[in-house]
Amino acid sequence: MNLAEKVRSISGEDVLSCYQCGLCSGSCPVRFAMDLSPTQVVRLVQVGNIEKIFESNTFWICSTCFSCYARCPRKINITKIMEALRQIRLRRDQDKIALSDIPKEELKILPPIALVSNFRKTTA
Amino acid sequence: MKKKQSRIGIFVCKCGGNIGDVVDVNAVLEVIKNWEGVTVAKQHTYLCSKPAQEMIMDAIKKNKLDRVVVASCTPRMHLATFQSVLERAGLNPYMLEFVNIREQCSWSHGPHSSEEATRKAIMLIRGGYERSMELEALETISEKGSREILIVGAGIAGITAALQLGYLGFKVHVVEKKPSIGGNMAKLTKVFPTLDCAQCILTPRMAEVGRNPNVNLLTYAEVEVVSGRPGNFNVKIFMKPRGVDVDKCRSCSVCAKVCPVTVPDKFNEGLSERKAAYIEFPQAVPSAYVIDFNACTKCGKCEQICPSKAINLEDKGKTVDLNVGAILMATGYELYDARKLENYGYGTYKDVITMMDLERLTSASGPTSGYVKRADGSNVGRISIVLCAGSRDKNHIPYCSRICCMYALKQAFVLKKMLGIDVHVYYTDIRATGKGYEELYWRDQEAGVVFVRGKVAEVWKSRNGKLVVLAEDTFTGNVTEEEFDLVALATPMVPPSGLKELAEKMKLSLGEDGFVQEKHPKLDPVDSLIAGTFACGCALSPKDVRDTVSDALAAAAKASLFLKGECITTSPEKAYVIEELCDGCGICIQTCSSNAITMQDGKAKINPFMCTGCAACIPACPKEAVEFKNSTTKQMIAHLKGVLSDKEPEEVRIVAFVEKNVGYTGMDFLGLDRINYPENIVIVPVPSTAILDLKHLLYAFAFGADGILIIEGQQEIDKLTKKRMIEMAPLLAEYGIKTMRVRYSYVPLPVYKKAADLFTRFTERIEKFGPLPIEKRDAIKQKI
Ligand SMILES: Cc1cc2nc3c(=O)[nH]c(=O)nc-3n(C[C@H](O)[C@H](O)[C@H](O)COP(=O)(O)OP(=O)(O)OC[C@H]3O[C@@H](n4cnc5c(N)ncnc54)[C@H](O)[C@@H]3O)c2cc1C
Ligand code: SF4
Ligand code: SF4
Ligand code: SF4
Repeated sequence: MNLAEKVRSISGEDVLSCYQCGLCSGSCPVRFAMDLSPTQVVRLVQVGNIEKIFESNTFWICSTCFSCYARCPRKINITKIMEALRQIRLRRDQDKIALSDIPKEELKILPPIALVSNFRKTTA
Repeated sequence: MKKKQSRIGIFVCKCGGNIGDVVDVNAVLEVIKNWEGVTVAKQHTYLCSKPAQEMIMDAIKKNKLDRVVVASCTPRMHLATFQSVLERAGLNPYMLEFVNIREQCSWSHGPHSSEEATRKAIMLIRGGYERSMELEALETISEKGSREILIVGAGIAGITAALQLGYLGFKVHVVEKKPSIGGNMAKLTKVFPTLDCAQCILTPRMAEVGRNPNVNLLTYAEVEVVSGRPGNFNVKIFMKPRGVDVDKCRSCSVCAKVCPVTVPDKFNEGLSERKAAYIEFPQAVPSAYVIDFNACTKCGKCEQICPSKAINLEDKGKTVDLNVGAILMATGYELYDARKLENYGYGTYKDVITMMDLERLTSASGPTSGYVKRADGSNVGRISIVLCAGSRDKNHIPYCSRICCMYALKQAFVLKKMLGIDVHVYYTDIRATGKGYEELYWRDQEAGVVFVRGKVAEVWKSRNGKLVVLAEDTFTGNVTEEEFDLVALATPMVPPSGLKELAEKMKLSLGEDGFVQEKHPKLDPVDSLIAGTFACGCALSPKDVRDTVSDALAAAAKASLFLKGECITTSPEKAYVIEELCDGCGICIQTCSSNAITMQDGKAKINPFMCTGCAACIPACPKEAVEFKNSTTKQMIAHLKGVLSDKEPEEVRIVAFVEKNVGYTGMDFLGLDRINYPENIVIVPVPSTAILDLKHLLYAFAFGADGILIIEGQQEIDKLTKKRMIEMAPLLAEYGIKTMRVRYSYVPLPVYKKAADLFTRFTERIEKFGPLPIEKRDAIKQKI
């Protein structure tokens, strides 16, 4: 199974029906912080260029808010695709955020719930 | 039980070498001439040629033949040819039995001559020979039909069809639910691609139809009841209370002047107001006012002042009864409710409008006399047009509304070039697929209209009062936010309200999208699934004026063809009820999706004009009282007996019941492609696989079949047969027949090649099982 097939199989989403309308990107609240837009990520999954996605920060930035999915005219669950990308990446090598990298002062002030959910999402 | 008096002529064609090179036709003749009742057995190199046709005619006359078997190519090619030969020789055309030994024998078992192919040809002819002895003379069914036609809806589609039919001399009744004819086109400003004025091209036609003595306009009216059948529909029309006598009203407008009640003007999409006594627009046809009784307070002022005494505030409406031969649906469209597109703010922000609102705002006769203004009356410098606003979207309307791109290009050009307004068009794909359409796109680009490729995500109002449009420019991947004075939404066309209820009354099928379902999307685009009922324009699907008019002309031609003679006719090959056997249980009525069956004096009766030939009613009848003309149980059994009569105990043979239209065409294509499949497969055509019942399968097994294939090509029947197969499986098991010996397959035309594969694999399977054991065959024989 190649990477693109893996993304499709983990997410269970039929990315091929995306017609690149851009509604997901326009609806994404954290698009401003992403280097590739969600639309572009879906396109890269369609054409099988997953490595290019892995060079971007988009799938880490995704806040799993499901706004894109709620509006996608083809009912593609882009959030699940982002999750699949994170899964593959995490299994492949490193955690995105290591606890040891976070300065102690920040750890003291960060809300525990934010930390827990962040580790759930970005560590293996 | 052979009818001893049968005098059969069998004629075998060599089709040049097409058949003759593979099948030893002389050897075939040697065998068949000895069969009982065969008076003549002849062959010809080209049986369809004129001399050969004369040979058959002579033989019929000289030998007093009472039935004929022709073994040649596919009946799809020459059935009509040979039926006419019989007719010319004085025989009923249904006394012909057609056997296909080209597509189903020489082409699929060639290209070299072989004993197997010759044997197969004899086997197939034997089937036709046995069946021919059960043939009955049949006549085309006809009855006197009404020469009047009902058109529902008077947009440009209904108007165009009414004019055509009126000129052809038919009496046409046009029912329109609004007070005036004209439909949606009357609201438009200019029409693409030529940008001519909509009113200027529409209103002359409206006036013309109003004048035509053959056209009876029933405006402000609705269809209440439809009964009867094609050729003779009985229709009850309710004329809604209009309060104004159309014949007396002189459109002087004094009623509207004195009327104290104001309401939003629907014709102007609510962008202006009108009185309770009103006329939709100045060129309305009929040119008469209406009282809006939902708003009217019955103050009586108009009634007193009307100089023609045309007003009656006590109007209760009335009903009109019609008898029509055909019905044309021209019900058009409505627009999807933009309020459902919550992220676009329609209904919340006054300056978010629909494209139809924009049509009214740019129309010289509109609420602003053609000046495009914001709701507060201020000028518009920048406007954005949002395409696919709800269309191509699974959350709203999945289909493409087809013409919004084009009317957007039209408006963008008018706004930019003529009014100097900056226009941004947000689109997902521009669909400009008509004559002169791409050119308009081009002109827009040259005029400086900005095109942004991205589906708009959100529209909101910023603090400065401007509307902000948010979308990704998918070509750059950047999310853009732009400010506009006006945002116009291109909402998709949807079926008009009330169509569903009307369709139920008429038993008319609607498609998944809610528009009228056409009989065939390509070859019968304006026929509905009911005979004698046609549809045109946007009643079928979203389209522009040009396509609507083409549709209307086509539907008028089809309707006039349907009623061309005194009588309307239909093929006799339909389901029918044997009265003596029917006990009136009514089970068949529920199975018929065309509502062709009614109960009359305690007996079911099938209307041949309404029967589509699906045959679903036949196995449903517990009394076996329903049969199919030219495919009776007797005929089918005889056919099976024939094709299985020469079977050796050690060989395996498979009967393939193939549906006669689509499925059979696929089998012909296999032959045409010269795809070989095992000779063990014998094709037995059936009008619909839904006709098949346990008894047919049992007879096949009893006569020698070892496996049975059932092939259907029509989607609507597929559903029925699939269900039947599940019901029949346990019944077969009771006879000790492995369900693996029977297989059903849906083979629509595009995948016909899979049938060859199926034939081969199924033969392998049955060969593995071996012939059906004799004890089982005998057991079945005893039971039937
Ligand atoms: C914003 C916009 C702009 C457009 N611009 C253009 C353009 O520039 N060029 C172009 O070619 N096309 C244009 N069109 C398309 C055009 O409007 C249609 O192609 C055309 O009006 C279709 O005509 P019709 O007769 O099929 O339907 P309609 O015009 O919808 O007429 C149907 C009629 O049937 C009546 N009716 C419906 N149901 C019933 C019932 N149950 N009983 C009785 N009466 C009933 C309705 O009241 C109506 O009068 C535009 C469409 C829109 C929405
Ligand atoms: S919203 Fe859906 S269809 Fe549109 S670009 Fe995103 S994934 Fe593709
Ligand atoms: S015609 Fe154009 S705007 Fe309308 S639905 Fe189709 S693509 Fe979208
Ligand atoms: S054959 Fe089909 S359409 Fe005809 S009466 Fe039977 S069920 Fe109805």
